[in-house]
Amino acid sequence: MSDLVSMTLAEARDAVRAKKISSRELTGAFVAAIEQARPLNAYITETADRALAMADAADKRIAAGTPGALEGLPLAIKDLFCTKGVRTTAASRILGDFVPPYESTVTQNLWDAGAVMLGKTNLDEFAMGSSNETSAFGPVLNPWRAQDSNQNLVPGGSSGGSSAAVAADLCLAATGTDTGGSIRQPAAVTGRVGLKPTYGRCSRFGIVAFASSLDQAGPMTKTVRDAAILLTSMASVDPKDSASVDLAVPDCEKLLDGGIKGLRVGIPKEYRVEGAAAETDALWSKGADWLKAQGAEIVEVSLPHTKYALPTYYIVAPAEASSNLARYDGVRFGHRAKDVRDIIDLYEKSRGEGFGAEVQRRILIGTYVLSAGYYDAYYARAQKLRTLIKRDFDQAYEKCDVLLTPATPSPAFAVGAKTTDPLEMYLQDVFTVTVNLAGLPGITVPAGLTANGLPLGLQLIGKAFDEGVLLRAALALETAADFKHSPAKWWTA
Amino acid sequence: MSVDKDTVRRIARLARLSVPESRLEPMAGELNGIFQWVEMLGEVNVEGVPAMTSVVAQKLKWRADIVTDGGQADALLANAPEGADHFFVVPKVVE
Repeated sequence: MSDLVSMTLAEARDAVRAKKISSRELTGAFVAAIEQARPLNAYITETADRALAMADAADKRIAAGTPGALEGLPLAIKDLFCTKGVRTTAASRILGDFVPPYESTVTQNLWDAGAVMLGKTNLDEFAMGSSNETSAFGPVLNPWRAQDSNQNLVPGGSSGGSSAAVAADLCLAATGTDTGGSIRQPAAVTGRVGLKPTYGRCSRFGIVAFASSLDQAGPMTKTVRDAAILLTSMASVDPKDSASVDLAVPDCEKLLDGGIKGLRVGIPKEYRVEGAAAETDALWSKGADWLKAQGAEIVEVSLPHTKYALPTYYIVAPAEASSNLARYDGVRFGHRAKDVRDIIDLYEKSRGEGFGAEVQRRILIGTYVLSAGYYDAYYARAQKLRTLIKRDFDQAYEKCDVLLTPATPSPAFAVGAKTTDPLEMYLQDVFTVTVNLAGLPGITVPAGLTANGLPLGLQLIGKAFDEGVLLRAALALETAADFKHSPAKWWTA
Repeated sequence: MSVDKDTVRRIARLARLSVPESRLEPMAGELNGIFQWVEMLGEVNVEGVPAMTSVVAQKLKWRADIVTDGGQADALLANAPEGADHFFVVPKVVE
């Protein structure tokens, strides 16, 4: 049974399609694994009955000879995607027992391809966080622990339930969303692959909105090939999302072939930051050597506005969030305060009770930077910085085809280690956030272990809508790194 | 620029967010820490730089002005904390 759950998405797809295993068997194995792994708190809602029913339906389609691209494959869904008839929380108290009457486009695409939903995974509240510790449903534990240590580590965030579920074999693959690094950072600190597609590739329809100009859904998987497979089904041109780009979605798995001979890989010197672990820098150099050995050309490039990316993000994202989260008012859905004096009191109390500390902080930042007298100094300036940050990438891509950078400043840290100072937590996204501001695709690939046995990743950043080159470079990195490690399953003991 | 307790109270009101009196002072401290950090954006010359309005080169799409969905009052009201006869119920707003 452990063999079933440790399969990659590609292996499971081929086995199910060849009728070597049934979706029912495969799904049953994951349902059992999820039950045993409850101490990790990876899932907010388990949907075992629905999963088994979906598996049976998939098995019928396979028997009938009409399998979809993901037929019978059990996936975990970040609890930020609305799922019709299944409670969706965004890991916030304010959504109460919200049960969406509609399905997000991304998840609908997955079910149309025959995939099976195992449940909804935990996350930072409204995807605001880098450690999954702001969830109203409690922190998620990283399946990885340092050598000879029982200390609980964070799984990254905001897609921490998804990253833990993929790393602990509690699903074949998972969906995530990435506004400043929320797919790539958790994937990196759990030794798995996380892909943020180009802005506009995956529809935002039905995904609980955080910062609309930055939010993008993507796959979290065990391998680069799996990321290509899952992205192909997640992405679509969607009339329900005005930012969905009118570009046909390629079969991304086919784009993996061809190697990287002659590919120009840019190394942005500004990504050598103070405070990053020495092992991070060493791994970065190793990654460049690996790509060079496979025929790539390494070029030094400059992204001069890199250090302004995080402060720019912490104006733009809270501004958009304060606007997006205005809809939670205790009237139409979600939590509603009791014993209120009047309508304003109803709004204020419902929101005060429903939102957690980090979400409140960001709503206040956003409200402040958009308020009269401060708009130009903060928000308008940040939007100009965003133009400069994007321009940096445009100029770098005149000299290279893809960029190689570290994924995170450090490996997974201890639960509670960074919760007192918000700035310290924000710095987790220093290498990932530029990609969102520029709307580019980025992927993190597990590349090595620290001296005490924790995974570290490397990030590749591509040109807009050039996921093909990005995936090929990622495959080359994955092949050279040959990362075969998995966490010990201490939670089943 | 420094954020004080009264400023927090004012923006909390704008945001329709009740922040308990005891949290105003600590929140001012946290916000100041963050605003001092973003002050570094002030050192960049942004003269003549256009503000970003769209991260991908695509014009906002137009669609036909037609009804595509509707008649789902029951579904819309299903999650309402309080509803009656296809209305959302709120405290009295007109005296």
